[in-house]
This record gives sequence, C-alpha cells and structure tokens, in this order.
Amino acid sequence: MNRVAGAVGTVRIRFFARYAELAGRSEGTLSLPLPATVSDVIQRIRDEWPGTSALPAQPLAALNLRHVRLDAPVADGDELAFLPPLAGG
Amino acid sequence: MPYLSTAPLSIEELLAEVAAPHSGGTCVFLGTVRDGPDDGGVTAIEYSAYDAMAEAELDRIVSETRRQWPEARVAVRHRLGLVAAEEASVAIAVATSHRADAFAACRYVIEQVKQRLPVWKKELRADGTATWVDPSGHPSMVGPQ
Repeated sequence: MNRVAGAVGTVRIRFFARYAELAGRSEGTLSLPLPATVSDVIQRIRDEWPGTSALPAQPLAALNLRHVRLDAPVADGDELAFLPPLAGG
Repeated sequence: MPYLSTAPLSIEELLAEVAAPHSGGTCVFLGTVRDGPDDGGVTAIEYSAYDAMAEAELDRIVSETRRQWPEARVAVRHRLGLVAAEEASVAIAVATSHRADAFAACRYVIEQVKQRLPVWKKELRADGTATWVDPSGHPSMVGPQ
C-alpha cells in the first residue's frame, strides 16, 4: 500500500549533534500520508519515536540539503534533517 | 572541491587558490577557537556537521559572492573534528581588484557561514565537562525561503 501514487510517502529523517543525542538516533525513515508538511513530520515523530519528544516543537529544518520553513511540503524520497541552533565559523 | 577538512587549515593554500594578476587586494579572515575570560577554560572544540548540506551551502555562499562581486576570487574552508584553542576553525580568502571589495566580500562570506552553515560545536573544558554551543539561545529561522 506504500506504493499508491500520491497517497503515502516515505521520508528519510536525520538528526544532528544535540538532537541526535536527545533522539537517541541519528536517522530513521517515516511513512506518512501525502500531502504533508515538515510540521506534520515533526508531529508524527514526536508522537511515535521515543526521545524525539525532547526536541523543540519548531526546530530548524533542512529538506534535501536546503533550509526550509516548517510549512514546506515533503515528498516521497525526501531527506528531512532537524538542525540544532547553528554554530559554524 | 571539498570545503570541509579535518586537517589544520592552510592559509598559504587558500592564498594560492585566489591569487591572480588582476587582484590588487586580498582579504583573509580566520575564525579561531577562543578561550576568553567568560569561556570557562575551553581547551578544544569538537566540530561536527551535516556534511553534504554544509558542502552544498558553502558552494551556494561562494556562488552568491561571485554573483555580487563578479571579479572576486573566493576560497573558504571549515574545519571539522577536534580543534585546539588558538587553531583556526574557519578560513576565508577573497581577492579582488581593489581592497574595499575584498573586505566586503570576505565579510559577506563569514556572515553567511555563521547564519547558514549546518555545523555544531561542543566545547571541551579543562575540568572534563563538555557543552553544546548555542549561539542564539533559541532556534531561529535562517535561509532564503
């Protein structure tokens, strides 16, 4: 049923730095009904993946290697990353 | 070309990369690991990154810089892994015809790096403690969208 076009998408989720420590994992995959937004993914994983409830409700997010807002739509095969406050330089 | 490196950063390498006969001004910026009076005895910082995105983001920053200063030659490296106090964590070199553009373009690169690069640092202290650095105090939106 995961292959029904437009109905369900699978997204690769990644956590980094402190968020990986809080979540107790650095990645995972989530299947969810489409259309869906980054916010929908956050809600799903906070409900379903132990540890991720410690993440902020509105973290920085990157979709396919680009910063995005939380209302950005996700698509099947996307890579969605949650980023702790940036500290480069 | 990889922008991220686990080896010490070489200013000479960056200078060689941006050198050109038409360049009259070259600006170099180094960001170094600090142990100031308020930093609590930082001995080193451990840098980690979302590697693929950091490379892509640096590529975009360099492209934007070249669009804004078309004659600029730009080189940038960010260090990952353990970096000791006083060592450089980021190095930027920009060469242009005249110094004003070199300063402005170099400033643009470092400010964008600070705002956008998916890099994190864990401060390691002499007393054995380690803390994630949160420069903002709270998550905030960045990026073009």
